[in-house]
Amino acid sequence: MSTALSPERRARVIRQALSVAVATGTYGISFGALSVASGLSILQTQALSLLLFSGGSQFAFVGIMAAGASGGPAAIATSTLLGVRNGLYGLQVARMLDVRGLRKVFAAQLTIDESTAVGVAQPEAAAARLGFWTTGLGVFILWNVATLVGAIVGDAMGDPRRYGLDAAAAAAFCALLWPRLKSKDAVAIAALAAVIAVLVAPHAPAGVPVLVAACTALLAGVWRRAHHDPAPPHQWPHDAPGTTGTAGPETVT
Amino acid sequence: MSTWTALLIASALAFVLKFLGYVVPASWLDGERTTRITSALPIALLAALVGVQTLTSAHGTVTLDSRAGAVGVALVALLLRAPFIVVVVLAALVAAGLRLLGFP
Repeated sequence: MSTALSPERRARVIRQALSVAVATGTYGISFGALSVASGLSILQTQALSLLLFSGGSQFAFVGIMAAGASGGPAAIATSTLLGVRNGLYGLQVARMLDVRGLRKVFAAQLTIDESTAVGVAQPEAAAARLGFWTTGLGVFILWNVATLVGAIVGDAMGDPRRYGLDAAAAAAFCALLWPRLKSKDAVAIAALAAVIAVLVAPHAPAGVPVLVAACTALLAGVWRRAHHDPAPPHQWPHDAPGTTGTAGPETVT
Repeated sequence: MSTWTALLIASALAFVLKFLGYVVPASWLDGERTTRITSALPIALLAALVGVQTLTSAHGTVTLDSRAGAVGVALVALLLRAPFIVVVVLAALVAAGLRLLGFP
């Protein structure tokens, strides 16, 4: 179906995938420490990394649960809304991988920002598959090991504020947001959402301010001029040959 | 709702969303308006989380403390194209340092 990759090309894709996996995976240490500091047990922390496996959603979940178990519904809602993009990645990746049966289940669980970005960045179909699976598995294994280390170390070291872990979480959200701020529209939506969330915060239970602020995204839907960004992920340089763009047949942007 | 219940529901929904991408025909989500909303949603959510995590206390009151300084440094690092892990560690170090100096 597709031509085999040369050994050099294979090595390059694997190197790229592993460097992304290491950079992302090691950050699981912060998640583990932060989750335990938010009041979750080590087992619950590990369960999030194994089952939920989506960094942004996991941080949002423990961040909201930190204010107390009453934050449950808001934590679920925020984590789920943040996960919507993974479904969109799946649409693109499914056509690229052409998987069936149980492999489809594994591929779905490994569908995150990083695996999608590395996979779809490859010009050849074989390299795209290799990139997706290597990055996905690499991040999954390293993220889970790092989570355990962080949960154990974090538990042993006392008040996380002393180590600036609360600021680390805020900075992590900044870094996740940064690549998406490619247009003035995106910056305007981000600024509006942040202001609304902070203004609502004193008057609503934990998690609700974030949900209220998420409504600014609806503005982009009803107000055509508000948002012209391409569909996520924005970092894809080009589609792999053999896959069609999400915008329909023969659309070139 | 117990933490375990919330955790398992959130995990199940996360997987359902991922799996939907593999079974739903791509044409269902091709609408221009849908695309604009789904593209803007992560931006709004992440920005709201940055705002809340940087400027509010556990009880929701608006506070200006070491986190603001740390996030400011993180933004400068991002402008200078620093990698993810550097941005995060730098922010932690700045916040820890400011608190060591006696800032809240």
